[in-house]
Amino acid sequence: MKSLEELKAIRERMQKQIDIRHNDDDRIRVVVGMATCGIAAGARPVLAAFLEEVEKRNLKHVTVTQTGCIGVCRLEPIVEVHIPGQEKVTYVKMSPDKVPAVVSEHLVNRHVVAEYTIGAADERGR
Amino acid sequence: MKDLSLHLLDIACNSVSAGAGALNLELEEREGLLTVTITDDGAGMPPRLLAAVTDPFTTTRTTRKVGLGLPLLRLAAEQTGGSLRVESREGAGTKVTAVFDARHIDCPPLGDMAGTVAMIIQGAPHVEVRYTHTAPSGTICFDTRDIRGILGPDVPLSEPEVARWIQAYIEELTGQLHI
Repeated sequence: MKSLEELKAIRERMQKQIDIRHNDDDRIRVVVGMATCGIAAGARPVLAAFLEEVEKRNLKHVTVTQTGCIGVCRLEPIVEVHIPGQEKVTYVKMSPDKVPAVVSEHLVNRHVVAEYTIGAADERGR
Repeated sequence: MKDLSLHLLDIACNSVSAGAGALNLELEEREGLLTVTITDDGAGMPPRLLAAVTDPFTTTRTTRKVGLGLPLLRLAAEQTGGSLRVESREGAGTKVTAVFDARHIDCPPLGDMAGTVAMIIQGAPHVEVRYTHTAPSGTICFDTRDIRGILGPDVPLSEPEVARWIQAYIEELTGQLHI
Protein backbone atom coordinates (compact mmCIF):
# COMPACT_ATOMS: atom_id res chain seq x y z
CA MET A 1 0.00 0.00 0.00
CA LYS A 2 1.43 3.39 -0.94
CA SER A 3 1.36 5.76 1.95
CA LEU A 4 2.10 9.38 2.69
CA GLU A 5 4.72 8.10 5.14
CA GLU A 6 6.83 7.16 2.15
CA LEU A 7 6.82 10.79 1.05
CA LYS A 8 8.08 11.80 4.47
CA ALA A 9 10.91 9.29 4.07
CA ILE A 10 11.78 10.75 0.65
CA ARG A 11 11.87 14.21 2.20
CA GLU A 12 14.16 13.11 5.01
CA ARG A 13 16.50 11.37 2.62
CA MET A 14 16.66 14.41 0.31
CA GLN A 15 17.31 16.79 3.18
CA LYS A 16 20.34 14.81 4.23
CA GLN A 17 21.70 15.24 0.73
CA ILE A 18 21.04 18.95 0.48
CA ASP A 19 24.54 19.82 1.67
CA ILE A 20 26.18 17.94 -1.16
CA ARG A 21 23.66 19.12 -3.72
CA HIS A 22 25.43 20.63 -6.71
CA ASN A 23 24.60 24.22 -7.45
CA ASP A 24 22.61 25.03 -10.59
CA ASP A 25 25.66 25.86 -12.71
CA ASP A 26 27.04 22.35 -12.42
CA ARG A 27 23.88 20.54 -13.25
CA ILE A 28 23.58 18.46 -16.37
CA ARG A 29 20.25 19.04 -18.09
CA VAL A 30 18.53 16.31 -20.04
CA VAL A 31 15.72 17.83 -22.10
CA VAL A 32 13.18 15.53 -23.73
CA GLY A 33 11.00 16.83 -26.57
CA MET A 34 7.36 16.40 -25.48
CA ALA A 35 5.32 18.21 -28.09
CA THR A 36 2.59 16.39 -30.01
CA CYS A 37 5.20 15.01 -32.42
CA GLY A 38 7.35 13.72 -29.60
CA ILE A 39 4.50 12.16 -27.65
CA ALA A 40 3.09 10.45 -30.75
CA ALA A 41 6.58 9.12 -31.61
CA GLY A 42 7.06 7.61 -28.17
CA ALA A 43 8.81 10.24 -26.05
CA ARG A 44 6.98 9.30 -22.87
CA PRO A 45 8.67 5.92 -22.37
CA VAL A 46 12.01 7.59 -23.18
CA LEU A 47 11.47 10.20 -20.47
CA ALA A 48 10.34 7.48 -18.07
CA ALA A 49 13.51 5.51 -18.85
CA PHE A 50 15.71 8.55 -18.13
CA LEU A 51 13.97 9.18 -14.82
CA GLU A 52 14.42 5.53 -13.90
CA GLU A 53 18.13 5.43 -14.80
CA VAL A 54 18.90 8.72 -13.06
CA GLU A 55 17.19 7.50 -9.92
CA LYS A 56 18.75 4.04 -10.09
CA ARG A 57 22.24 5.47 -10.40
CA ASN A 58 21.51 8.20 -7.89
CA LEU A 59 22.76 10.94 -10.22
CA LYS A 60 22.17 14.01 -8.11
CA HIS A 61 23.67 16.42 -10.61
CA VAL A 62 21.26 15.57 -13.43
CA THR A 63 17.95 17.34 -14.06
CA VAL A 64 15.45 15.77 -16.45
CA THR A 65 13.00 18.20 -18.03
CA GLN A 66 10.50 18.41 -20.86
CA THR A 67 10.28 20.85 -23.73
CA GLY A 68 8.06 21.60 -26.69
CA CYS A 69 8.68 21.16 -30.39
CA ILE A 70 12.36 21.27 -31.25
CA GLY A 71 11.68 21.67 -34.98
CA VAL A 72 12.81 18.37 -36.51
CA CYS A 73 9.66 16.34 -35.96
CA ARG A 74 10.61 13.43 -38.20
CA LEU A 75 13.51 12.63 -35.87
CA GLU A 76 11.46 12.50 -32.67
CA PRO A 77 11.83 11.30 -29.94
CA ILE A 78 14.59 13.85 -29.42
CA VAL A 79 16.69 14.28 -26.29
CA GLU A 80 19.12 17.15 -25.74
CA VAL A 81 21.96 16.84 -23.25
CA HIS A 82 23.35 20.09 -21.87
CA ILE A 83 26.59 19.77 -19.95
CA PRO A 84 27.81 23.16 -18.67
CA GLY A 85 30.83 24.36 -20.60
CA GLN A 86 30.22 21.95 -23.49
CA GLU A 87 28.26 22.06 -26.70
CA LYS A 88 24.72 20.74 -26.56
CA VAL A 89 24.34 17.18 -27.87
CA THR A 90 21.12 16.22 -29.66
CA TYR A 91 20.09 12.57 -29.68
CA VAL A 92 17.41 11.62 -32.17
CA LYS A 93 15.06 8.68 -32.78
CA MET A 94 15.52 7.75 -29.15
CA SER A 95 13.92 4.72 -27.60
CA PRO A 96 13.88 3.39 -24.03
CA ASP A 97 16.48 0.71 -24.85
CA LYS A 98 18.99 3.37 -25.92
CA VAL A 99 18.65 5.29 -22.68
CA PRO A 100 20.93 3.23 -20.38
CA ALA A 101 23.83 3.68 -22.83
CA VAL A 102 23.32 7.45 -22.99
CA VAL A 103 23.13 7.70 -19.22
CA SER A 104 26.19 5.58 -18.46
CA GLU A 105 28.41 6.70 -21.33
CA HIS A 106 27.46 10.33 -21.71
CA LEU A 107 26.03 11.50 -18.41
CA VAL A 108 28.43 9.54 -16.24
CA ASN A 109 31.56 9.00 -18.38
CA ARG A 110 31.15 12.13 -20.52
CA HIS A 111 31.52 10.23 -23.80
CA VAL A 112 28.94 11.23 -26.40
CA VAL A 113 27.17 8.25 -27.96
CA ALA A 114 27.85 9.42 -31.49
CA GLU A 115 25.70 6.90 -33.34
CA TYR A 116 22.52 8.18 -31.67
CA THR A 117 23.13 11.84 -32.43
CA ILE A 118 21.54 14.06 -35.05
CA GLY A 119 24.86 14.25 -36.93
CA ALA A 120 24.91 10.51 -37.43
CA ALA A 121 21.27 10.48 -38.52
CA ASP A 122 22.00 13.06 -41.21
CA GLU A 123 24.90 11.04 -42.55
CA ARG A 124 22.70 8.02 -42.85
CA GLY A 125 20.46 10.11 -45.06
CA ARG A 126 17.36 9.99 -42.89
CA MET B 1 -1.66 8.77 -30.50
CA LYS B 2 -1.92 5.21 -29.40
CA ASP B 3 -4.07 5.81 -26.36
CA LEU B 4 -6.03 8.46 -24.48
CA SER B 5 -3.36 9.07 -21.85
CA LEU B 6 -1.04 10.40 -24.56
CA HIS B 7 -3.70 12.89 -25.70
CA LEU B 8 -4.05 14.00 -22.09
CA LEU B 9 -0.29 14.49 -21.82
CA ASP B 10 -0.24 16.48 -25.02
CA ILE B 11 -3.11 18.85 -24.16
CA ALA B 12 -1.90 19.29 -20.58
CA CYS B 13 1.39 20.57 -22.02
CA ASN B 14 -0.60 23.33 -23.74
CA SER B 15 -2.00 24.36 -20.38
CA VAL B 16 1.46 24.51 -18.87
CA SER B 17 2.75 26.58 -21.80
CA ALA B 18 -0.18 28.92 -21.29
CA GLY B 19 1.15 29.64 -17.82
CA ALA B 20 -1.36 27.63 -15.83
CA GLY B 21 -0.96 27.73 -12.06
CA ALA B 22 -3.66 25.13 -11.61
CA LEU B 23 -4.57 22.23 -13.86
CA ASN B 24 -7.60 19.98 -13.52
CA LEU B 25 -7.58 16.62 -15.27
CA GLU B 26 -10.85 14.72 -15.19
CA LEU B 27 -11.71 11.32 -16.57
CA GLU B 28 -15.31 10.19 -16.35
CA GLU B 29 -16.68 6.80 -17.35
CA ARG B 30 -20.47 6.90 -17.34
CA GLU B 31 -23.19 5.13 -19.32
CA GLY B 32 -20.84 3.92 -22.05
CA LEU B 33 -19.29 7.36 -22.53
CA LEU B 34 -15.76 8.37 -21.73
CA THR B 35 -15.25 12.06 -21.05
CA VAL B 36 -11.82 13.61 -20.74
CA THR B 37 -11.73 17.18 -19.44
CA ILE B 38 -8.65 19.37 -19.12
CA THR B 39 -9.16 22.70 -17.39
CA ASP B 40 -6.51 25.31 -16.71
CA ASP B 41 -6.26 28.86 -15.40
CA GLY B 42 -3.64 29.88 -17.93
CA ALA B 43 -3.60 32.73 -20.43
CA GLY B 44 -6.67 31.60 -22.40
CA MET B 45 -7.31 32.43 -26.04
CA PRO B 46 -8.83 35.41 -27.80
CA PRO B 47 -12.05 34.58 -29.76
CA ARG B 48 -10.36 34.46 -33.18
CA LEU B 49 -7.70 31.96 -32.07
CA LEU B 50 -10.31 29.91 -30.20
CA ALA B 51 -12.45 29.61 -33.33
CA ALA B 52 -9.52 28.27 -35.35
CA VAL B 53 -7.78 26.22 -32.68
CA THR B 54 -8.87 22.79 -33.91
CA ASP B 55 -7.61 23.57 -37.39
CA PRO B 56 -4.30 21.74 -37.92
CA PHE B 57 -2.80 24.84 -39.50
CA THR B 58 -3.43 26.91 -36.39
CA THR B 59 -0.57 26.89 -33.94
CA THR B 60 1.24 29.14 -31.53
CA ARG B 61 4.57 27.48 -32.07
CA THR B 62 7.14 29.15 -34.25
CA THR B 63 9.09 26.12 -35.39
CA ARG B 64 6.39 24.78 -37.67
CA LYS B 65 3.13 25.99 -39.22
CA VAL B 66 1.19 22.96 -38.01
CA GLY B 67 -0.29 22.20 -34.60
CA LEU B 68 -1.78 18.74 -34.43
CA GLY B 69 -2.62 18.18 -30.77
CA LEU B 70 -6.20 19.43 -30.69
CA PRO B 71 -7.05 18.36 -34.26
CA LEU B 72 -5.87 14.81 -33.48
CA LEU B 73 -7.93 14.75 -30.30
CA ARG B 74 -11.01 15.99 -32.15
CA LEU B 75 -10.50 13.33 -34.81
CA ALA B 76 -10.10 10.59 -32.23
CA ALA B 77 -13.28 11.63 -30.42
CA GLU B 78 -15.36 12.13 -33.54
CA GLN B 79 -14.27 8.78 -34.95
CA THR B 80 -16.17 7.15 -32.13
CA GLY B 81 -19.19 9.37 -32.67
CA GLY B 82 -18.05 11.65 -29.89
CA SER B 83 -17.06 15.30 -29.80
CA LEU B 84 -14.52 17.90 -28.77
CA ARG B 85 -15.38 21.23 -27.20
CA VAL B 86 -12.87 23.96 -26.41
CA GLU B 87 -13.91 26.87 -24.22
CA SER B 88 -11.57 29.68 -23.42
CA ARG B 89 -11.45 33.20 -22.10
CA GLU B 90 -8.42 35.39 -22.38
CA GLY B 91 -6.90 36.03 -19.00
CA ALA B 92 -9.03 33.34 -17.36
CA GLY B 93 -8.14 29.96 -18.82
CA THR B 94 -9.15 27.15 -21.12
CA LYS B 95 -11.28 24.04 -20.85
CA VAL B 96 -11.02 21.16 -23.30
CA THR B 97 -13.75 18.51 -23.17
CA ALA B 98 -13.49 15.37 -25.31
CA VAL B 99 -16.27 12.80 -25.32
CA PHE B 100 -15.75 9.28 -26.62
CA ASP B 101 -18.21 6.45 -27.14
CA ALA B 102 -16.37 3.84 -25.11
CA ARG B 103 -18.12 0.96 -26.84
CA HIS B 104 -17.16 2.09 -30.33
CA ILE B 105 -14.56 -0.09 -31.98
CA ASP B 106 -12.38 2.94 -32.72
CA CYS B 107 -12.27 4.18 -29.15
CA PRO B 108 -8.61 4.21 -28.06
CA PRO B 109 -7.69 2.43 -24.83
CA LEU B 110 -7.20 4.57 -21.74
CA GLY B 111 -3.49 3.85 -21.60
CA ASP B 112 -1.23 4.58 -18.66
CA MET B 113 -3.06 7.42 -16.90
CA ALA B 114 -1.04 7.14 -13.70
CA GLY B 115 2.25 7.39 -15.55
CA THR B 116 0.97 10.28 -17.60
CA VAL B 117 -0.27 12.29 -14.62
CA ALA B 118 3.03 11.67 -12.82
CA MET B 119 4.91 12.82 -15.90
CA ILE B 120 2.81 15.98 -16.27
CA ILE B 121 3.60 16.84 -12.65
CA GLN B 122 7.29 15.98 -13.07
CA GLY B 123 7.57 18.35 -16.02
CA ALA B 124 5.70 21.20 -14.35
CA PRO B 125 6.38 20.85 -10.63
CA HIS B 126 5.16 24.34 -9.81
CA VAL B 127 1.64 23.69 -11.15
CA GLU B 128 -1.11 22.46 -8.85
CA VAL B 129 -2.48 19.39 -10.59
CA ARG B 130 -5.66 17.64 -9.64
CA TYR B 131 -6.54 14.31 -11.27
CA THR B 132 -10.01 12.85 -10.86
CA HIS B 133 -11.25 9.55 -12.26
CA THR B 134 -14.93 8.77 -11.93
CA ALA B 135 -16.25 5.32 -12.78
CA PRO B 136 -19.56 3.63 -11.98
CA SER B 137 -17.90 2.05 -8.94
CA GLY B 138 -16.71 5.32 -7.45
CA THR B 139 -14.33 8.25 -7.71
CA ILE B 140 -10.63 8.60 -7.01
CA CYS B 141 -8.70 11.80 -6.77
CA PHE B 142 -5.09 12.88 -6.50
CA ASP B 143 -4.10 16.48 -5.82
CA THR B 144 -0.57 17.87 -5.68
CA ARG B 145 -1.77 20.30 -3.00
CA ASP B 146 -2.09 17.36 -0.64
CA ILE B 147 1.54 16.37 -0.85
CA ARG B 148 3.42 19.65 -0.97
CA GLY B 149 3.14 20.12 2.75
CA ILE B 150 4.58 16.68 3.47
CA LEU B 151 7.45 17.06 1.04
CA GLY B 152 8.43 20.47 2.30
CA PRO B 153 9.89 23.36 0.32
CA ASP B 154 13.16 21.66 -0.59
CA VAL B 155 11.84 18.64 -2.44
CA PRO B 156 10.50 19.60 -5.86
CA LEU B 157 7.81 17.48 -7.45
CA SER B 158 10.19 17.00 -10.37
CA GLU B 159 12.36 14.59 -8.38
CA PRO B 160 12.28 11.16 -10.07
CA GLU B 161 11.53 9.45 -6.76
CA VAL B 162 8.52 11.65 -6.16
CA ALA B 163 7.24 11.10 -9.70
CA ARG B 164 7.58 7.37 -9.17
CA TRP B 165 5.64 7.57 -5.89
CA ILE B 166 2.86 9.60 -7.51
CA GLN B 167 2.54 7.10 -10.35
CA ALA B 168 2.39 4.12 -8.00
CA TYR B 169 -0.10 5.90 -5.74
CA ILE B 170 -2.46 6.72 -8.60
CA GLU B 171 -2.10 3.18 -9.96
CA GLU B 172 -3.18 1.85 -6.60
CA LEU B 173 -6.15 4.21 -6.35
CA THR B 174 -7.18 3.27 -9.88
CA GLY B 175 -6.98 -0.42 -9.02
CA GLN B 176 -9.54 0.16 -6.31
CA LEU B 177 -11.96 1.59 -8.84
CA HIS B 178 -12.27 -1.54 -10.88
CA ILE B 179 -12.79 -4.02 -8.11
